[in-house]
Amino acid sequence: MDLQKYRQPDLINHVIDDIKKHTASVKFMEVCGTHTMAIGKWGIRKLLPKKIKLISGPGCPVCVTPSSVIDELSKLKKVTIATFGDLLRVPGSSGTLEKARALGLRVEVVYSPMEALELAKQVETIFVGIGFETTIPGIAHTIKIAKQQNVSNFSVLPACKLVPPALEALIAGEETKIDGFLLPGHVSVIIGSAAYNFIPQKYGIGGVVTGFEPLDIIVGIKKLLENLDQPQIINEYERVVTKDGNKNAQAVMFEVFAVQDALWRGLGWIPNSGLSIREEYAQFDALKKYGLRITDIPENPQCRCGDVLQGKIIPPSCTLFDKVCNPQNPVGPCMVSSEGSCAAYYKYER
Amino acid sequence: MSKMCLAIPGRLIKNLDGNKGIVDLGGVSKEISLAFIPNAIEGDWIIIHTGFGLEIMSEKDAFEMINILQEAYK
Ligand code: SF4
Ligand code: SF4
Repeated sequence: MDLQKYRQPDLINHVIDDIKKHTASVKFMEVCGTHTMAIGKWGIRKLLPKKIKLISGPGCPVCVTPSSVIDELSKLKKVTIATFGDLLRVPGSSGTLEKARALGLRVEVVYSPMEALELAKQVETIFVGIGFETTIPGIAHTIKIAKQQNVSNFSVLPACKLVPPALEALIAGEETKIDGFLLPGHVSVIIGSAAYNFIPQKYGIGGVVTGFEPLDIIVGIKKLLENLDQPQIINEYERVVTKDGNKNAQAVMFEVFAVQDALWRGLGWIPNSGLSIREEYAQFDALKKYGLRITDIPENPQCRCGDVLQGKIIPPSCTLFDKVCNPQNPVGPCMVSSEGSCAAYYKYER
Repeated sequence: MSKMCLAIPGRLIKNLDGNKGIVDLGGVSKEISLAFIPNAIEGDWIIIHTGFGLEIMSEKDAFEMINILQEAYK
């Protein structure tokens, strides 16, 4: 099978040899959780010379959902909460949606926002709108259809996040000096590789959009090293990502949503990194319908997810890691989803 | 474990009215929205996420991606 070409040890070693020729000490951030997982699974960190550090970014929409979202949802009575399964085990300040469901909260796991809309035709339903650009257009489209079909039982809690503004905030953050980004494949299908051009232009940092194979990732690292002097955005995932992305999807997204500041778990408020539902669709805005508020409530002070998500520490530096916090008993969101940084380290790099 | 932000390839086996279609996901048929790729036709390989087609891709790329996903998540 063709795929073998992405796995050949010879080829991988060859690229690693090229990488070893570079002498710079650098820190690259892999933005996407699926990359974090692949890096762990294929032992890529161990193959790289020590002076090349890979740090994990805020690449999982579940990980960055603030606990107040869980808390607010947990209060809802007589409404069915429809959500992607990933969210069930994310801790709020007093437990998860899974636990709340055991105590009587009505929670249904759906695969698609359209499924939630169907559910709303029977019972009052609130869909938890989490996700990055990969997911947002589908949620926007569903809201449009709800309006066309006049489904009054349906609303969406807008907690979606935009990736490029978060990257900008991470670059601007004083503590983490990032020398390059491995950019997420599936977010880029929608926004296109050109959406990151501001990073080299404004900040002089390069990025590579890559797929999820070991060779994809290693070649991505090699390209970042080669372009340190002339930083640019390179698309190594032309299998599915174009320069401009999917314009239809972008149009629907901004027809329904307007850009606003958003609260990221572990990172705080980031300007222009979130979305609110536009006035024309206000009847489907769960924040208005139920008077919900997404606020910055203190997390468990010992959990260092915030520092992990900003690349300030690696998971084993958290005192709870593997002692109190593990995938069966996650304290913070980075341990919850299988692609959170702490979960990836727990599984592959302990 | 659902993988929320992953997109997976499937083959469009039927176009339906109103920008919808039926895709074959390794033997399982599922209805999806084609709102973002209205030009997709039967036989196309499509990258799918939460019930929406995001982009049309080549057969070769689709096979490659299916293998990657099977390998990574078995
Ligand atoms: S190990 Fe657990 S407590 Fe520590 S940062 Fe990770 S998720 Fe938070
Ligand atoms: S667990 Fe994985 S697939 Fe799910 S939201 Fe997080 S990164 Fe995406």
